[in-house]
Amino acid sequence: MVEMTVRQALRDAMAEEMRRDERVFLIGEEVAEYQGAYKVSQGLLEEFGAGRVIDTPITEHGFAGLAIGAAMAGLRPINEFMTFNFAMQAMDQIINSAAKTLYMSGGEVRCPVVLRGPNGAAARVAAQHSQDFASWFGHVPGLKVVTPWSATDAKGLLKAAVRDPNPTIFLENEILYGVSFDVSDGDVVLEIGKAAIERPGRDVTIVGYSITVSRALEAASMLAEEGVEAEVINLRTIRPLDVPTIIASLARTNRLVVVEEGWSFAGIGAEVIAAVCDRGFDHLDAPPARVSAADVPLPYAANLEAAALPQADRIVRAVRDVCYV
Amino acid sequence: MAAAPADDPAVLVDFYRTMLLVRRFEEKVGQMYGMGLIGGFCHLYIGQEAVVVGMDAAIRTDDAVITSYRCHAHALVRGVPPAAIMAELTGRGAGVSKGKGGSMHMFDIERGFYGGHGIVGAQVPLGAGIAFAQKYQRRDNVTLVFFGEGAANQGQVYETFNMASLWKLPVIFVIENNQYAMGTAVRRAKAGTELCHRGEAFGIHGVQVDGMDVVAVHEASRGLVARVRDGEGPMLVEMQTYRYRGHSMSDPVKYRTRDEVQKVRERQDPIEQLRARVAGGGTIAGAELKVHALVLQKNPGGGCGSSRAEPSTMRR
Repeated sequence: MVEMTVRQALRDAMAEEMRRDERVFLIGEEVAEYQGAYKVSQGLLEEFGAGRVIDTPITEHGFAGLAIGAAMAGLRPINEFMTFNFAMQAMDQIINSAAKTLYMSGGEVRCPVVLRGPNGAAARVAAQHSQDFASWFGHVPGLKVVTPWSATDAKGLLKAAVRDPNPTIFLENEILYGVSFDVSDGDVVLEIGKAAIERPGRDVTIVGYSITVSRALEAASMLAEEGVEAEVINLRTIRPLDVPTIIASLARTNRLVVVEEGWSFAGIGAEVIAAVCDRGFDHLDAPPARVSAADVPLPYAANLEAAALPQADRIVRAVRDVCYV
Repeated sequence: MAAAPADDPAVLVDFYRTMLLVRRFEEKVGQMYGMGLIGGFCHLYIGQEAVVVGMDAAIRTDDAVITSYRCHAHALVRGVPPAAIMAELTGRGAGVSKGKGGSMHMFDIERGFYGGHGIVGAQVPLGAGIAFAQKYQRRDNVTLVFFGEGAANQGQVYETFNMASLWKLPVIFVIENNQYAMGTAVRRAKAGTELCHRGEAFGIHGVQVDGMDVVAVHEASRGLVARVRDGEGPMLVEMQTYRYRGHSMSDPVKYRTRDEVQKVRERQDPIEQLRARVAGGGTIAGAELKVHALVLQKNPGGGCGSSRAEPSTMRR
């Protein structure tokens, strides 16, 4: 085991994959000389040179389209969006070109691109720079959508994403970049589509992804003091969603709270609960609950921002509701 | 590379045969659409044949081509079997995209054909990406990126010009100016109608070519391809062409007169122009033209008659 930050884990994953496979390259704004807007690509230019670590102009629609085209032609691009808010400029290329071409070409054209960058709220950067796009991308067949929480997730899932033959949306979190975790030594590769149980418990299942796993674990500690043992599931992947792990947990706990940083309408919580109703309805002893962002653009003021995002105390209240305590 | 085509009757006959194949194929598609055997959006290439035929003959089989939804001709000329294209149009499992793509989404990577894209202008950054891959892998290939003059107003086209020039990508941007973006004439939608100049701000050399003259298309393309292959960076060519049919099969074509179309057919038709040029000499090549015309008359789809019999991809 070695302790490292999520930022280092992402960097190591890219470096290891670039050493392993000549076709892998990194492209995006400020990824090379600046070493990454959030310093995720620190040292990569030095090791791999300007031919494989490529600074782009500020031109998201264009460079994402270029990376997607390069993937169709046999390369393995890692396309960094400085934040996923800017990926909206490239949405047409992501959905209409990357996601759909394999199917509509009858399996002829593959698109092994990784589209990665920070997603969701950061710290007081207001509405246009603070949005969780997990449900947007999760909606689309043809995409894989990965939401790492820990440094192990970051490293193991990014390496898997680079090796995956499909377009993968890799949603990181800026606040988690500086958080340290223990990571196994060596070639850590995790399977896309498998959730992890981060804390076992028998009374309630709390499902989260990305930074909401941290909030769920905080809530679980608070609940333990009240005598409620919460099981915390880290989804790791939004699409394909690991429904069997959720149902198996629910079979033990019979109660469910889903936490997401996005808005609740047509969100990940809605999807998880629909899946549970389809495939695990008889396990439910109480209506499942959602904890999500308030239904407003994210405000700037610190107190309002905190109130608009899913915090541990709101998760605790939701757990008490579904446990009838 | 072959001798200059204007001097080589065999090359001219080949251009003639291929343009005629495209014309007859598209006419057949139009008929089958009318019979309800082809559905959805369907955009015919009739009138524009000289562009794709002249340009394709200027590249190698290992080069790459990408285009918009008006893609039947580009696929045919790259060598996709007519039967596979027709089977795709009729939604059959034997289609080039197994019936999943239809008229607008045909691909054949082995023949360097990257589609077949339905969002106006989206193939332009994708094509630059293919050229990026060619350069990254140190191959001496080029990519032809075809788009209409309508797409030349899309922002992503200029984002792509910038990157392609900055990184000297081996790409030729081909504006197929058929005069109408759906129903909007060039002068109604373009501030500055000389589209060949649209790359100049990015340092991209551009030329305007008579896209109804297959020899002019081919000769201009040979020069551009050689320069791009030599590493000079991207080039742009505006092909002045014309489509005889509507934008798609559902277009009633109320935005221009029949007289306008008739005049182009009479004076500039690419196939008739070439026929006059070759047959005028009364050579063996001239006789060959008649044979091709007869063969394609009898078999207008170029062997696509079985497409109705192929099984559907849908499981029953």
